[in-house]
Amino acid sequence: MVDLTINTDVAREILTSFIRSEVTRVGYSRAVINLSGGLDSALSCVLVVEALGAENVLALRLPYRTSSPDSLEHAQLLIDQLRIPSETIDITPMAEPLIQRDPNISNVRKGNILARMRMIVLYDKSEVFKGLPIGTSNKTEILLGYSTLWGDMASAINPIGDLYKTQVRQLSRALGVPAPILEKPPSADLWQGQTDEGELGFTYDQVDKLLYLLVDQRYSPQECIEEGFDEKFVHAVIGRVRRNQFKRMMPPIAKLSNRTIGYDFLYLRDWGT
Amino acid sequence: MKLNLALAQISTKLGDVEANLEKHLHYIEEAKKQKADLLVFPELSLTGYVLQDLVASVAHKPIEDDAVFKPLLKASHDLDLVIGFVDEDSRHRFYIASAYLSGGKVLHVHHKVYLPTYGLFDEGRFFAWGDSIRSFDTRFGRAGMLICEDFWHASPPYLLWLDGADLMLFSSASPGRGLNDREKLESARWVERVSKAYASMFTSFVAHCNRVGFEDGLLFWGGATVNDPNGELVAQGPYFEEALTVAELDLNQLRRTRARLPLLRDERTALVQKELNRILSRG
Repeated sequence: MVDLTINTDVAREILTSFIRSEVTRVGYSRAVINLSGGLDSALSCVLVVEALGAENVLALRLPYRTSSPDSLEHAQLLIDQLRIPSETIDITPMAEPLIQRDPNISNVRKGNILARMRMIVLYDKSEVFKGLPIGTSNKTEILLGYSTLWGDMASAINPIGDLYKTQVRQLSRALGVPAPILEKPPSADLWQGQTDEGELGFTYDQVDKLLYLLVDQRYSPQECIEEGFDEKFVHAVIGRVRRNQFKRMMPPIAKLSNRTIGYDFLYLRDWGT
Repeated sequence: MKLNLALAQISTKLGDVEANLEKHLHYIEEAKKQKADLLVFPELSLTGYVLQDLVASVAHKPIEDDAVFKPLLKASHDLDLVIGFVDEDSRHRFYIASAYLSGGKVLHVHHKVYLPTYGLFDEGRFFAWGDSIRSFDTRFGRAGMLICEDFWHASPPYLLWLDGADLMLFSSASPGRGLNDREKLESARWVERVSKAYASMFTSFVAHCNRVGFEDGLLFWGGATVNDPNGELVAQGPYFEEALTVAELDLNQLRRTRARLPLLRDERTALVQKELNRILSRG
């Protein structure tokens, strides 16, 4: 029986102090976050507000013309609940000229353009508000590579990146994320009718348990199959994790000198702080 | 005899020895106010933990001429100190080290003998391995120092015990990990369990001082502890935040416990040696 339950008090304490420490030690006191209306950004936002104070968090709602009205509305629910400064910027006029250049553009390309457009706005507002951009990627999507490189993956710090989606749900419930956000099916809302589980082909409940055994508990694929996971599913997930390793790394540099960034020039980001 | 033992679970600035020295001096003043006789700082308290390529630039020698150790040695006239630092030997090997300072002198330097180089740890890549485990005499009796992974292995505390240490001073920079549904992180539960076990099995005082603060995503969990020769928790610091934990130790407890439970008297060291020789000489 795989149990992903976490102690939400401990998680809350660690994650809020992480945010406070990593934001303030680089000379900032504020943060900026893109609110999609979904669960991951809602939880990240609640944590950031608790860490830095409501007045120090700028929430951005960045709809595109096909975005579900629910997304906007749910983001607003959270903004109202937390009483934080917010801005709503329609990214349609920015994204459309690029999207319109190719009438045969695929959903994936469109989705990537929208995710990266939102990243551009996030980083621009970061400069205006003098706030660090907060990441909202959970461990499940980072491992599966279910995200856009340099898009929704771009941030200065990522408080929820070591929580599986089911744990994000548990912590969100404990921290009072509004019910409509908790209850709706997860979706990137990059095109109409998109849902994560529909696109991935499995549920978060299933895949989180499998990833927990494979990654956290170091089970072999065979041991996972013996635990009752379908063989095809196990291999499909392992294949996805491996194929998407590139999204979890900085681009490799070809080594020429005796000391090369990434290989033998090694310092933490918190160097000197 | 009483010993006022203070444990300073501090956060550090990564690679900024000057700033960390300032913090040491601040906590020394605080400990003096609370009449501490001995103040223990965490592993690498002068430098920060994930040093990587900073190692060479933060190394210091525990000598009077060293600008960082000079004020610490001076302070050790007022109370004894255990300081975590990077030691550089005369042939430029770098060690994770703890120095025991007392009365303006260095009584002992311990070089970490177990460098974890697995999982999230990479110490063996950057540091030289210490190669001795020695107890030493202090004004409170015989003591021994170990650093983090040293006491994840059973043999270093055992050797200190046989070498006469009644007071074991453990220091750590232990990153929190293993969140599940319980109230404590797995790493904290593990260290607390073994600290208590060593105090119980060796009928000795075991103090543990772990740092706090973040380095990138790693959170050091603090939670300093002191266990007495009965294995009872005497004092505990908070998790995750800086604190000075002071415990008054009644050193006479050693006598009372060992009169009741003569584990030290009955320890069959010759048998251990004989069996170790046999085990280690197997081809």
